[in-house]
Amino acid sequence: MLDARATILDVANLKTVFNTRDGMVHAVNHVSFSLAPGELLGIVGESGSGKSVTMMSLLKLLPMPPAEITDGDITFDGRDVRAMSDDELRRVRGGEIGFIFQDPMTSLNPVFTVGFQIMEPLRIHLGLNKKAARIRAAELLELVGIPDATARLKDFPHQFSGGMRQRVMIAIALACDPKVLIADEPTTALDVTIQAQIIELIKELRQKLGMAIIWITHDLGVIAEIADRVAVMYAGQIVEHAEVSELFKNPQHPYTRALLETLPDMSGTRSKRLRSIDGQPPALGKAPSHCEFAPRCTHAFDRCLKENPKRRDVSDNHDVACWWDAKTGGAADA
Amino acid sequence: MLNYTIRRLFFTIPTLLFISFVIFLILDMAPNDPTGNLPMTIPPEVRENIRKSLGLDAPMYVRYLLWCNQFFINEPLNLLYEWFDWCIGDCENRTRVRSWSTRSPVVDLIVERMPQTLWVVGMSYVVGILIALPIGVISAYKQYSWFDQIGTFISMIGFSVPTFFTGVLLIVIFSVWIDQDSWFWLPSIYDTTLVVDSWGNFWLQVRQMIMPVMVLALYNAAQLSRFMRASMLDNLSQDYVRTARAKGLKEKTVLLVHVLRNSMIPVVTVIALSVPQVFGGAIITEQIFRVNGLGQLLIIGIQGADIPLVQTLTFIFAVLIVLFNLVADILYGLLDPRIRYD
Ligand SMILES: Nc1ncnc2c1ncn2[C@@H]1O[C@H](COP(=O)(O)OP(=O)(O)OP(=O)(O)O)[C@@H](O)[C@H]1O
Ligand SMILES: [Mg+2]
Repeated sequence: MLDARATILDVANLKTVFNTRDGMVHAVNHVSFSLAPGELLGIVGESGSGKSVTMMSLLKLLPMPPAEITDGDITFDGRDVRAMSDDELRRVRGGEIGFIFQDPMTSLNPVFTVGFQIMEPLRIHLGLNKKAARIRAAELLELVGIPDATARLKDFPHQFSGGMRQRVMIAIALACDPKVLIADEPTTALDVTIQAQIIELIKELRQKLGMAIIWITHDLGVIAEIADRVAVMYAGQIVEHAEVSELFKNPQHPYTRALLETLPDMSGTRSKRLRSIDGQPPALGKAPSHCEFAPRCTHAFDRCLKENPKRRDVSDNHDVACWWDAKTGGAADA
Repeated sequence: MLNYTIRRLFFTIPTLLFISFVIFLILDMAPNDPTGNLPMTIPPEVRENIRKSLGLDAPMYVRYLLWCNQFFINEPLNLLYEWFDWCIGDCENRTRVRSWSTRSPVVDLIVERMPQTLWVVGMSYVVGILIALPIGVISAYKQYSWFDQIGTFISMIGFSVPTFFTGVLLIVIFSVWIDQDSWFWLPSIYDTTLVVDSWGNFWLQVRQMIMPVMVLALYNAAQLSRFMRASMLDNLSQDYVRTARAKGLKEKTVLLVHVLRNSMIPVVTVIALSVPQVFGGAIITEQIFRVNGLGQLLIIGIQGADIPLVQTLTFIFAVLIVLFNLVADILYGLLDPRIRYD
């Protein structure tokens, strides 16, 4: 069982909503997952499926209001995150959990030098003085593969290319030796070669530093390459969750299957045509009362439109939230 | 940056010459008669002689060149002489730009009026900025809170109610309704002759400045706080703010270091661009409170068809505007590392 392992981060039943003028947006609907030390958990899902909101909810990085965490438990390193004071929370942010965001072009502050921005977490979390922080910042830049690191500390973000900026972001996220790194689509905004470099870099850093990673992406191909486990999100819920090889071998949820079909053939021969999933992602105006994927699902039957499926175990390291049974092709007996 | 500044300064010269010519042209075309205010009984020949003595019989370009000579050459030389005792040429009998109505040199008139304007209008500007910036920051940070709502309401009022209304309103309240012996009574007329040489006089000076300064400060602050708020809001939704929070920075640091530093870039530019307005004085407010500053001088000049005065004053405003445009650009370059001029 996965639960038997030590966990560094455990999220149970997390529910996040946005109270907007046009009503409530149910962005994250009772999401549960856990992360073992040193493990790499991939999270995939379409745009708008709530991946970012889930991660930001963990450390209350969402603007509140409109965002509100209405339910769930978040346990990090044995501590209850939701009960933390602002000060405690700040010590975790950037100190014990590092963040990398999607768009390196806008994630850095344009008017401060890269050195200043890397030194900030070093100074507040590790209490380093200016000089020590500068030395450590140069080491970090070197670690993430930026040549001529000491000199480049004085440069501003606009003097770096997109890939280099993402390296700087990684340096900031890793500055205080975090136990967990959350990478929210760190390569989506980069071109393919740079993307590969960044993935290589993070793989390498993971070996060196041994932190656990949550890697959010649209791209199952990337997941196949780096993740230990995957969670598939749809409409703010985890619909399937398994170890990587298991998921690719034995996908259960029709949505996962559809996602896998959209992948170009791994062998490179491209036998199947690249296709997208028909239909629109659901509106999140109501809390899910039935399977949110049902309207787009080729296997849907009456129950799917009446009841929202709970996650059920398929095997030891594999669970799925679906009324349809991929093995039998009929209704699951849960 | 230095190169850029020098290049820009160099280019301002033809610009300013052109502006001075346009001002001259417009004033010349205006249906002006410097003898228009004289009694009707003065016969036309005398009027003609007066006009001749003012040099009005010469063609337009001659008069323009004369003004140029007086303003660009004689006045600076005269300043050198008066301030540094540094005499070049004939220092005693230099022809200077003279006001037609008072016959005294225009530059002297301006220098005489400058302090009042700088004190009242300048102070209102400083007060306005000091009020506006914190209000803008807090309104943006607490968007739609009651603070923001009230701020929006007040700045709407400050923005849309003209200064001649707020000015008169304040006078009615603080000079008329309130008893003269009361602590809250304020004088409605600004006494320029007051010399601040004791604490008592200083107190009087402060009291007579309060109303005009407040009227103008409200107006300035209304605009600027809106601008500051908008700029803060622009930046608060930027990705780098999320990064700053994710680093574990205190909310205060996020706001006052990361966001404010970015938001100030356009605000500083706007502040710099409107400094010339301070020198221009606040024509209406100066009238209401009888502050004899530059704004009032300009009004008197226009009413008396005192072309050299109006020409010179307008041109000096033009110089200030051009200059502070340059200052704003330079500040922009200094504040925003992405801007490179060279
Ligand atoms: N500030 C907000 N106010 C209202 N709704 C929001 C807000 N932020 C996010 N949402 C909604 O929450 C849902 C989940 O968004 P989220 O950003 O988590 O998606 P995502 O899976 O990260 O997508 P992407 O792959 O595009 O990053 C979306 O439907 C979005 O409209
Ligand atoms: Mg996202």
